[in-house]
Amino acid sequence: MGDPLFWHRLQFGFTATFHYIFPQLTMGLAFLIAVFKGLGLRQGNERFNDAARFWIRILGISFAVGVVTGIPLEFQFGTDWARFSTYSGGVIGQTLGMEGMFAFFLESSFLGLLVWGEKRFGPRLHFLAAVALFAGSWLSGYFIVATDAFMQHPVGYALAANGTLQLASFWGFVLNPWAIIQYLHTMMGAVVTGSFVVAAVGAYWVLRGIHPGPAALNLKAGVLAGLVASLLVAMPTGDLQGKLVARHQPLTLAAMEGRFQSGPRAGMNVIGQPNVAAHRLDNPIRLPGVLSFIAYGSFSADVKGLDAFPQDQWPTSIEPLYYSFHIMVGLGTLFIALMGLSALLLHKALQPQRWLLWILMLAFPFPFIANTAGWMTTELGRQPWLLYGLMRTSEGSSQLVHGGETVFTLLGFMGLYLVLGLLFLMLIGREVAHGPVPSHNEH
Amino acid sequence: MEMLWFWIVSVMVAIYSVMDGFDFGAGILHLFVARSNEERRQVLAAIGPLWDGNEVWLLAGGGAMFMAFPKVLASGFSGFYLAMFLVLWCLALRGISIEFRSHVGDVMWRAFWDLVFAVASILLPVLLGAAIGNVIRGVPLDATGYFNIPLFTDFTAGNPVGILDWYTVLTGVLVLVTLTGHGAAFLAWKTDGPVQARCLKAALPLWGAVAVLWAAATLATAQVAPAVFQGWAQSPLAWLGTVIYLAGLAAVFLGFRARKHLLAFLGSSAFILGLLAASAASVWPVMLRSTLNPDWNLTARNASVAAAGLQKGFVWWSIGFLIVLGYFAMLFRLFRGKVRAAAEGEGY
Repeated sequence: MGDPLFWHRLQFGFTATFHYIFPQLTMGLAFLIAVFKGLGLRQGNERFNDAARFWIRILGISFAVGVVTGIPLEFQFGTDWARFSTYSGGVIGQTLGMEGMFAFFLESSFLGLLVWGEKRFGPRLHFLAAVALFAGSWLSGYFIVATDAFMQHPVGYALAANGTLQLASFWGFVLNPWAIIQYLHTMMGAVVTGSFVVAAVGAYWVLRGIHPGPAALNLKAGVLAGLVASLLVAMPTGDLQGKLVARHQPLTLAAMEGRFQSGPRAGMNVIGQPNVAAHRLDNPIRLPGVLSFIAYGSFSADVKGLDAFPQDQWPTSIEPLYYSFHIMVGLGTLFIALMGLSALLLHKALQPQRWLLWILMLAFPFPFIANTAGWMTTELGRQPWLLYGLMRTSEGSSQLVHGGETVFTLLGFMGLYLVLGLLFLMLIGREVAHGPVPSHNEH
Repeated sequence: MEMLWFWIVSVMVAIYSVMDGFDFGAGILHLFVARSNEERRQVLAAIGPLWDGNEVWLLAGGGAMFMAFPKVLASGFSGFYLAMFLVLWCLALRGISIEFRSHVGDVMWRAFWDLVFAVASILLPVLLGAAIGNVIRGVPLDATGYFNIPLFTDFTAGNPVGILDWYTVLTGVLVLVTLTGHGAAFLAWKTDGPVQARCLKAALPLWGAVAVLWAAATLATAQVAPAVFQGWAQSPLAWLGTVIYLAGLAAVFLGFRARKHLLAFLGSSAFILGLLAASAASVWPVMLRSTLNPDWNLTARNASVAAAGLQKGFVWWSIGFLIVLGYFAMLFRLFRGKVRAAAEGEGY
């Protein structure tokens, strides 16, 4: 803890983790709102517009917190990771610059229209604003994921004479295969979050016996979208992401799985505790051959363990990396089961079972946990590298910034974000308790 | 190409100052010119559809700088470390105060966020103005191209320098008063009734103070940064900027006298644009000046990325810029005319 690097990492990790609570909800809801508005316009049915109006209010709050917690991340490239920015700005400056010009302006220009403009500007422009916000937030996601993908799997660059990275192939960098797969996986994760929240609110209203129309619509839409997104986040996107890691970061795969010894017919650990000092997994429950199949498509394939790599290249935090990965996969599996069961029962029975509604209502925090665990897997798995194979994390921080400064700002963020988080929960709680706002009685 | 990107970044910073400048001004003034809840909401409705997009000019300008001059961004942001985070926290509080206020009808809730909105809107121009002062005065860049300075030392403008000293506080106050006057011009144009009347009453004293502070800051710059002052004398672009901001200042006074509020607002916008353009032309090509050794300056030439990146960037930036102009034209058109206090729930 005496090392300034520790505080730089903790500050970025903390602010990024807190931030991502909001965009995953915003991106998921923006998609569902655009669908609602589209159906409302096409079918001329007010119930879709009523549903959209409620979720736009939630989106407005979530978007505001997402913006103010996102700006510090962009700034921290310069404040905390100055050597990394100098080294790689010639490449990643492209995507970060494009995010401002193409995504932020689009989102900010149409958010006001979406939140305040339904009555004033009519259904067509309001639908357009919903689509624009969906496009802007999903575009923003791409530029960020493409930047992260460069850190995971650098392509399209050249090393210049002054020792910095420069752009060699614009499209090679922007269309990094890693970026495309990680983006699809991330976006499906965001839709999982959005649809679980929609389903939870629907379930709550049904259980309470209030707002019967909107409750049924939200429940149906949330479960349907939740089932599709939960399936897509696993297959094909999660599967492809796993194969990408196996191919380009075999060491990370070994650490994610807590696999210390190399060999064929690698099993997938359902549970177990990595004992890094002893180089073994304690109390493992293993599905034989599954890891070989997931990584290489054959149950007998050879999968390298940590022993195949020099220890100074091992990820620095194997334990949290291992748990993050397993929490993500475990929750993702449960999501498919829950939404599959819900879709089946809701389809069969006109009166939904109360126990299932209770589960759906209480399930909404878990996609946030799964998405966070997914990012933890990605970023902890990249260690000890900041730019995979090119720059170590310890070489990227701002050298002249001292611990006294970083701890001060970290504590400031913790205080500010605690207040923001409480206010956010309070405001969302008020909206859910208040219920949908019908158009004829807008107030 | 480096020169083009130097001006792209400068223009984006200038647009940011004009656009978010009137949001800051409205935030500072609203406690005084808007007394009832209806009047406060009238002020918020005037900036409501715009402020978020205005703020993006700062982010996009930062993005352009990251793309073209990553070394300047890395050195400046890490060097002004604490001030950068104060800016971040104020931006966060400003955004939250505007968005959260309308969600709860309680009187105390609204009074609290109004105060947060005003305090953040006062601190931001001071900090951003001090940042400009620091760039003009110079910072102790070492041979590696990095520095790190505390918020303040002994308030003299010599080494060891702090982010705040008498000179940078002066530029901070100049920016604060200018943007307050700019906000008054904007609100006088966009509102009516008592809010407009109070803005008009405040406008002339505010702009009188701007003129005095501008003269003081110009004299101080000649003393603190003689090199910049010489750069100004030798640069035709700086002279052009000077003509623009002096004409803008005249238009402000003329506009307020003749009750042509749009003219006054355009004049204050021209004053801000011209002043920043003159400053940028005077420091060119230096982006961060070293107080230790002129060889260690970070310039548009030694801190830019390779030509391929600048060229690719210019292609997408030009396309993006045209699209953005379209958005703003749309917003100003959709929300044209005077704002009146909207019914509860329909606006801020």
